[in-house]
Amino acid sequence: MLDKNGIAKRIAQEVEDGYYVNLGIGIPTLVANYVREDISVEFQSENGILGMGPFPFEGEEDADLINAGKQTITALPGASYFDSATSFAMIRGKHVDLTILGAMEVAENGDIANWKIPGKMVKGMGGAMDLVASAENIIVAMMHTNRAGESKLLKKCSLPLTGVGCVKKIVTNLAVLEVIEDGFLLLERAPGVSVDDIKAATEGNLIIRGEVIEMNV
Amino acid sequence: MIRKTVANVTDALAEVKDGMTFMLGGFGLCGIPENAISELVNLGVKDITCISNNAGVDDFGLGLLLQQHQIKKMISSYVGENDEFERQMLSGELEVELTPQGTLAEKCRAAQAGFPAFFTPAGYGTEVAEGKEVREFDGKMYILEEAFKADFAFVKAWKGDAAGNLIFKGTARNFNPCMCGAATITVAEVEELVPEGELDPNQIHIPGIFVQRIFQGKDYEKRIEQRTVRQK
Repeated sequence: MLDKNGIAKRIAQEVEDGYYVNLGIGIPTLVANYVREDISVEFQSENGILGMGPFPFEGEEDADLINAGKQTITALPGASYFDSATSFAMIRGKHVDLTILGAMEVAENGDIANWKIPGKMVKGMGGAMDLVASAENIIVAMMHTNRAGESKLLKKCSLPLTGVGCVKKIVTNLAVLEVIEDGFLLLERAPGVSVDDIKAATEGNLIIRGEVIEMNV
Repeated sequence: MIRKTVANVTDALAEVKDGMTFMLGGFGLCGIPENAISELVNLGVKDITCISNNAGVDDFGLGLLLQQHQIKKMISSYVGENDEFERQMLSGELEVELTPQGTLAEKCRAAQAGFPAFFTPAGYGTEVAEGKEVREFDGKMYILEEAFKADFAFVKAWKGDAAGNLIFKGTARNFNPCMCGAATITVAEVEELVPEGELDPNQIHIPGIFVQRIFQGKDYEKRIEQRTVRQK
């Protein structure tokens, strides 16, 4: 089974040379730590920076330089700043190649819910609805089950949706899955995790074709 | 040159009244119009509607207006950092319209640019789309979103001049440029009001035509919400 860093490490393998990538808050943020060093990638943060770098050294924090998670960051050589409308022009206009975000639930038809638990938690959708409605290459990074042990890969989302039919790939602590016409196609399993473990943790239709390889992380 | 300079925040916020709709720049606490917010607290205006990506934190930014129960309605995309906000929203004291972030930015820009509405794919098939016109373009579904209408836009820039020209710094730019000229009156507060002719016209982010009043801000706290660092 993978931990959060393991999930990030596996997703980093999906990042290709020349990609502009938008990373969501949480596990997706960790992906930046594991991208191969021999490729050129730029990270976009929707509050208005392309070419986002690592956290600053202590004492070098700048209140005017943060990411979408409101964390202090740095800018790499070649970086640029822009306003929020321009930022979402990059996203809506499909100029960003890969979007990685977290989710509370994903359904077997690619629906995603990640912004609201009615009556309990309402933080808002931030940029997630724009991202999932526009991006063609979306990877969800999440734990396979919630804190109560219930599957987050469902036949149908129970929470208010963020977007419909948009998720293509999911990387969890247990597996890598692709959303295809009939459900979740199991591509890879995490080290030490059996196909039966994944079956037991997946409520939606799990499709298994031949032998399922173990992730290389 | 058409001069936009006013002496201070009090003059800049003259005519602000109960029940008005305000746009406020900033992302989290980054690039917020701190002086305008303080003055709104001082004025004690009530029943206001605020269009702002976030709602500040409990004791800073728009949180200060929430504490005084001055806000009737918030239009935001993300409000997760403010417990008082969540309490007022869940108890029904505060009306909240959650809007996707890109849509929020574009509703400002549409108002600035004279578009009454636009189609966006964001929110299609979700509760955000409820009651809105839906249309298909090239096989993809979009919803119709209308431009904002506001009485005042309060923005904060790094540098500005008497003509109202503005330059922003880093990611403190965010929603600020989109809100300039998107309300009846745009008030810009700047960290540094420079003498005439000092700003290079090539480097200006927002031309002064979008700004009605500009003043030299003071006592900026520029609070950091999440201080994250790495070791040397």
